[in-house]
This record gives sequence, structure tokens and C-alpha cells, in this order.
Amino acid sequence: MASHGGKNNVLPGFTPSLGCTVLYLSIIVLIPLSSLFFKTATLTWDEFVAAVTAPRVVASYRVTFGSSLAAALVNAFFGVLVAWVLVRYRFPGKRLVDALVDLPFALPTAVAGITLASIYSPNGWLGRYLEPHGIKVAFTPLGIVVAMVFIGLPFVVRTVQPVLEELDRELEEAASCLGASRWQTFYRIIFPSMLPAILTGFALAFARAAGEYGSVIFIAGNMPKVSEITPLLIITKLEQYDYAGATAIASLMLVVSFLLLLSINLLQKWSRRFAE
Amino acid sequence: MQVSIHRTVKKNGTSGIAEPAWVRYLLLAVALSFLTLFLMLPLAAVFVQALDKGWEAYLEALKDPDTFSAIKLTLVAAACSVPVNLVFGVTAAWAIAKFAFPGKSLLITLIDLPFSVSPVVSGLIYVLIFGLQGWLGPWLQAHDVKIIFAVPGIILATIFVTFPFIARELIPLMESQGREEEEAALTLGASGLQTFFRVTLPNVRWGILYGVILCNARAMGEFGAVSVVSGHVRGSTNTIPLQVEILYNEYSYAAAFAVASLLAMLALVTLAVKSVAEWKIRQVSAAE
Amino acid sequence: MSITIENLSKNFGNFAALSDVNLEVPSGELVALLGPSGSGKTSLLRIIAGLEHPDRGTVLFNGQEATRRQVKQRKVGFVFQHYALFRHMTVFDNIAFGLTVKAKAERPGKAEIRDKVARLLKLIQLEQLAGRYPGQLSGGQRQRVALARALAVEPEVLLLDEPFGALDAKVRLELRRWLRRLHDEIHVTSVFVTHDQEEALEVADRIVVMNKGRIEQEGTPSEVYDHPATPFVFDFLGSVNLFRGRVHAGTAQMGGLRVHSPEHATADDAPAIGYVRAHDITIERVPGEGGAVSAEVSHLLSVGPLVRVELRIAGGDTWEANLPREEADRLQLAVGEKVFARPRKMRVFVEDYQI
Repeated sequence: MASHGGKNNVLPGFTPSLGCTVLYLSIIVLIPLSSLFFKTATLTWDEFVAAVTAPRVVASYRVTFGSSLAAALVNAFFGVLVAWVLVRYRFPGKRLVDALVDLPFALPTAVAGITLASIYSPNGWLGRYLEPHGIKVAFTPLGIVVAMVFIGLPFVVRTVQPVLEELDRELEEAASCLGASRWQTFYRIIFPSMLPAILTGFALAFARAAGEYGSVIFIAGNMPKVSEITPLLIITKLEQYDYAGATAIASLMLVVSFLLLLSINLLQKWSRRFAE
Repeated sequence: MQVSIHRTVKKNGTSGIAEPAWVRYLLLAVALSFLTLFLMLPLAAVFVQALDKGWEAYLEALKDPDTFSAIKLTLVAAACSVPVNLVFGVTAAWAIAKFAFPGKSLLITLIDLPFSVSPVVSGLIYVLIFGLQGWLGPWLQAHDVKIIFAVPGIILATIFVTFPFIARELIPLMESQGREEEEAALTLGASGLQTFFRVTLPNVRWGILYGVILCNARAMGEFGAVSVVSGHVRGSTNTIPLQVEILYNEYSYAAAFAVASLLAMLALVTLAVKSVAEWKIRQVSAAE
Repeated sequence: MSITIENLSKNFGNFAALSDVNLEVPSGELVALLGPSGSGKTSLLRIIAGLEHPDRGTVLFNGQEATRRQVKQRKVGFVFQHYALFRHMTVFDNIAFGLTVKAKAERPGKAEIRDKVARLLKLIQLEQLAGRYPGQLSGGQRQRVALARALAVEPEVLLLDEPFGALDAKVRLELRRWLRRLHDEIHVTSVFVTHDQEEALEVADRIVVMNKGRIEQEGTPSEVYDHPATPFVFDFLGSVNLFRGRVHAGTAQMGGLRVHSPEHATADDAPAIGYVRAHDITIERVPGEGGAVSAEVSHLLSVGPLVRVELRIAGGDTWEANLPREEADRLQLAVGEKVFARPRKMRVFVEDYQI
């Protein structure tokens, strides 16, 4: 019944704290980000289109978004599996495993990058077994996917896990009392409840992978048109003092990440639609 | 590994709806293999390769003066960005969690923005402002102030990428705690500041620790954004991750992994502290 | 300290939480604000405390303007519905909080604080639990700690928001008697909010019945219960049977009943509603004196000392009557039996009076 309106609230400090927040946000985030669009606006439309549709650039989109999609799909599947195992089963070392799932958040991307590159290189721990079978991972697009699976792994697990924990066990019990098999219960009752969270985690993993730089460049091989990701291309352009070209590609990437952020927000709203 | 599976539900004595045992074992085996392959193996590889040439070489690599100055710069960058974002995070959480105002969800989305921006783009925007060809570049050069390819640029880029960590941890936590305790403190005669420091802050201290530790991990480990603004000047604008890259590209693998192992240890400490903080937060909210 | 409320209004968006409320709380009394949820009682309490600001109107403490006074200057003790104990402080520190945040010049010494908290702990009978954290206490214990914390600063007014709302039935009963005894000891002006009529009737010196942001009636418990001023008050206090009919020149015709109603002597065939409390219906085996109608027992339910009887009346209406158990035993009622029912007391309201 009580209002929580700013002017009705007796707690002190609303104006200064909101003011500081907006000011700091503007200085650190909004103004710098807007510089990207202002810089892009100095290009003519044709220049802009030429910059973002050059064959090498388009190839880098294909590599980046194709690998991100593949990695996000892998993560969606294994993420659900890991979340399921962590929530539903008990096994020794479970808490350790649970904590380790966040390793990709905590491990600096450069460390992840050189480590994955060395494991999957032809004489690395795994590479030496894969190479004889004709599977090349390091310095190929497949390596990019591996790196992106690594950094995206926690997103699906951490969005699905709480949903699975909150899921009322009585629903499953009710379903099985009504004669559903375990598999029917899973795909008719449990899976639909998890779906919004899975999609959210998928989108988060995809967004993270698309922007990823550090962990990918070491294992990618960075061959133009084959295994060159867009963020690397931005840096290459920058090093060639092609600021306009770098900026044009960067603003395109930024728009994509805004759209992803928007869809993630909508997904989260959708996932709350059944919440009481 | 010897695995014994009990459905959690068995504790309550209702186990009628479990999957068949072989399904459970299969799922568990697949999940753990996946995690081993993608998490444990790389983690182990860092340390094994770091010690590939023995302890002597390991310590030698860490004693290198360039490495030493990279460690120093990383600490400086973290020491600048974490406190700034801590003050911001607490301020933003107070405004957003304890008051209602139009545009609130937009503000929360904007605070989250740096998470969804590619690290490379995060670095680029500062180059566009402070770089030689940027908005302020000519003015800065005329006054002999260096930001890009210098320490201030690294600090700015680090602040940007770690911007949301503490705020986004505190906002939901403070929202869930409501305003009643603060109102109670006011009716008991506490001033605004007394209320904030004696009631609000102690209630979210584990949340603050959680946010700070994650913010710090990212600040010390950031690679892409810092790489763009650093200019890679050895011994002066290299942070630890950049030093790892340089050593790796020079084929000094053992040295690269030795330096990387420092960051891996930081990651492990981060995960440990994070788990403790999470456990404490859950305990506090369970007591309510 | 007395509290005076004058012409108070408060809106939340389009919702009028309070409209033009006037109220006088005399010094030293224990007053209940009683009403359904959404009636504005909690808003009124929070405005008195200074936790909410009114859109219009004034609040006077001891005749002095206090509407714009800040919370901390009001010297009110507020007990929150969910207690709002500081979860990171022990019981002791919670109770001492108000004393330790005083300005240096007014702050009592450590020893003095300790004595005072000890006295309060004794008052709430929780001496052994001083070192516990709120999370380790039961609901009733938390409630008492919240009360002690509010009393520690020696407030001039004690305000309680649904003080027993979150407790289970037995603890609620104990605690409200305890609150009544406590008030008899310390005589601090107190206002509490409740939606439970029984609680208000049992504990309060005066009851203020609220509905839709307005005060429907105020008075002592017996005034409010025995002489409800409006249909709403009648309806809200106790279970009632409702009769529709017309009233003309001091006589109401309600279905098969004819009721003398002198207060409506001037009414000219106006539509009216009659209210009869469930315990004001007599059931007899024989028609007896006039005013009884024949009915069939359709349902019987024993509720503690009472027996609830559902009666189906010839016209199709259903009445509910509450009989003392001994009365029911004497009648030996059974479902399906024919009996005669007679309202002993009916209150008639002309329908135009209704809002």
C-alpha cells in the first residue's frame, strides 16, 4: 500500500545519489560510446557501406557470428546438462565443480587463449591425439569455436541453474501421478519451464562470444577471410591508422550488441511472465 | 572417481519419480567429462606449462624487470578502478534500489552496457576521444598530456569494462532487503548518514565483497580493451595480460605461462572468495 | 502526547488512500485503526510517523504543527509489520540502536545504555536472548524485540502497524493481552493498525473504523460494536445477516418481518437494508410471540463454544445464526428440521445513506 515514489520517500539522498549515478554513467560510458557514432557520422553513407561490406570484413562477420552461434549451441546443450547435474544429483566434489563453472569469468582471457592454443596445438595435450585423425583445432575456425565455448560456458549454466532450483518438485510429482513417463515429464513439464532461461543463457553466451577477443586470437590463426574475427580486424585497421574503417565496423558491432542486449531483456521479461 | 548418486529428493523419502540409474550415471559422466575437458584441463595446463622448465626458470621468469613493472601497472589499474566503481556502485544501488522513479529500468540497462560491448570497442572509444586524431587529441598534445598509449588510458579502459560489476550485484540485493530497516532507523532518531553506514552498508557487506572481488579479477585480467589503448610499450604500459601476450608471441612459452600462472592463481582466489561470499549472502537471506 | 489530524488527504496516483480525514487521539490512550486492506489505515499511521507525507492537511502533536517535521524529530516509536529488526545486529544492539545514534551531547553512557536495555529485556521477558540475532528468534520474540527497540528511545507516541498480523493464532492472543497490560503500565499514547475486529475490540480504548480512505466511525469498543453508525461498520464487525425491504413512517417491512424503527419516523416508503447479527437470532421449536418466521435447518457446524446454524427461510433467503452451545444442546437441532427463527435486534439503514 505504501508508495515508493521518489518524492514520497522519507529516506534521504535520492537527488544526490541519482545525480552522481547519471553523471558518472555519462562520463564513463555514454559520452565515450557516443563518440563512436559521431566518428562514424563523419563518413559518407557510401564510405560507410564500403567499409562494412568489404570482402575481408564480411568474411570476418561470417567467422565471428558463425563460430559464436556454434559455440552458443554447444553451450546451450552442455550448459543445461551441467545445470541439471549440479541441481539434481549429489556426487563428491560437487561444490568444487559448482565453483569451477565460473572459472571462465575469473580467468583472464589472455591466459585462456594461450592455454587453449597450447592444448590444441599439434603437439599439445589434446592436439597430438586429434591431429592423426585429421582433426585440426588450433589455428582453424574450429579453434575459435573451442575458445568461445570456454568463455560462454558459465552463462547458460548460471541462468538455468536457479530456475531449476526453484522449479516446484510437486509439478513433476503431479505429472508422474497423472501417468507421465519420466521423459514425458521432462519435455512436457520441466523443459518448457527452463526454456526462457535456456534462451537467455544462449543469447548471453552468443553476445559474449561475438565480442570476444583475448581468448580467441591465440588459437584462431588469424588468417584473413578464414579465421579472422571482427574484433581483431578492428584492431588491425586501427594499427594501420584506418580510424574511419575501424570505427565503422565497431559501430556495426555495437549496434549488434545493443540488439542482443535488447533481446536478452525481452527474453528475461518473457521468462518472468508466469512468475507470481 | 567413485561416484554415488543420491537424488536430493531422497532425503525427504520420496524417490518415486527419479530417472533410471543408468540415465543418471550417463548424464553425470557426460557433464563431468565436458567440464574436465573444457575447464579442468586448461586450468591444469597453465600450471604444468609454467613449471615445464622447472622452478628455477619459473622464478627467473617472474623476476624479469618487465614482468615486474607489468605487475605494478596492473595493481595500479586495479587500485584506481575498483574504488571508483565501488563508490559508484553503492551510490547507484542506493538510488535505484531504495527509490522509485521513471526511467529506472532504462538506467539499469545502461549500467549493464559495458558488459555487452566488445572489449576491443571499449578500448577504441577512448582512442576516439583522447587519441591523436580524437576529439581532445590535439588539445592534449598541445598541453603535453598523454592518455592513450599511457597509464591514464589503461586506467580509463579498465574502469569502463569493470563499470557494472558492483552496481549490478548490489541493486538486486538492496532491492530485496526493502526499506523497512532504514525507516526503522529513522524513527529511532538516526540521521541519514548513520542509517546508511550502520544499517544499509552492513546488510550488504557480503554483496560488496562479491562485487569487489569480481571487479578486481576483471580489472587485473582485462586484455582486449587495455590492448587497444596501451601501445604495448615494454616496461611502461604493459599490464600482466599484455606481458603474457608479448612473451607468448616471442615463443618464450615457459615464461609466458609462468606469468599467466599468477593470473590463474588470482582466478582461483577469486572463485574461492566468491563462493564464500555467495554462501554468506544466502545465509543472511535465509535467516530472514 | 495527543495527536490531532486535520483534513488529511493522500493520493497514490489515482488511488485516494486518505480523503479529508479528521481525528483526535487523546494523550495516553490506546487507539486501534480498524479497516480492511486498502482502507488507508496504514497510510494514516505512516503519515503520523512522518514516513509518508500527506498531500493536504495537518498533523499536530500536542496542538503543535508537526506535518513537516522530519521523522527523527517526531519522537515516535514505530513497530513495523514485519518488525524490520536490523538483521546484522544482536537483540541487545537492536534495542540499544536508538540510544547509540543520539548526538554526543545527549547520548547516554555505555553503562547507562546497558542498564536501560537490560530493563527493557526484562520487560519483554527475553533477558537470556540478548546475544541472539533476529534470524534466531521466533515471530513473537521478534515482535517483542521490535517493541522494546521502539520503547528504548522513550517515544511520546507508539505506532504499531499490524503488530500481530504475522503471528500464529495462539501467540497473537497472548501478545495482544501482553500489549494491553504493557500499555496499562506505561501509558504512552499508542495507535495500532489492524484488520482484525476481535483484536481491536479486545485491546483498544478507542476504535477508529476506516473504509476507502475515510473514517466511518470512532468510539469505544462497545459504542462501535453496539451502535454501528453505518452499514459498513455493522458489516465489518461480526458476522451479520442482511435484509432488504422498505421503511415507512417508523416501520420497516423486511421480507416477512415487520420491525419497529423509530429513527426513520419521517421515511416515506424508502428502500432500506436491515442488519441482524448472527448471535441476535433466536431459534425456537414453537412460533411463540410475533416476529418469528419458519425456517429449515440446512447446515450445522460446531465452532468452539458456538454452534453455527444455517437456516433456509421460506422465501429462499439464507440466515446464519450463532447459538451458545448449551442453547443448541437444549434445542437438539438436526439438519432438515423445521424451526422458527426470530431476529431479536435489527438495525435499519435507509439505502440512500449508503455511499
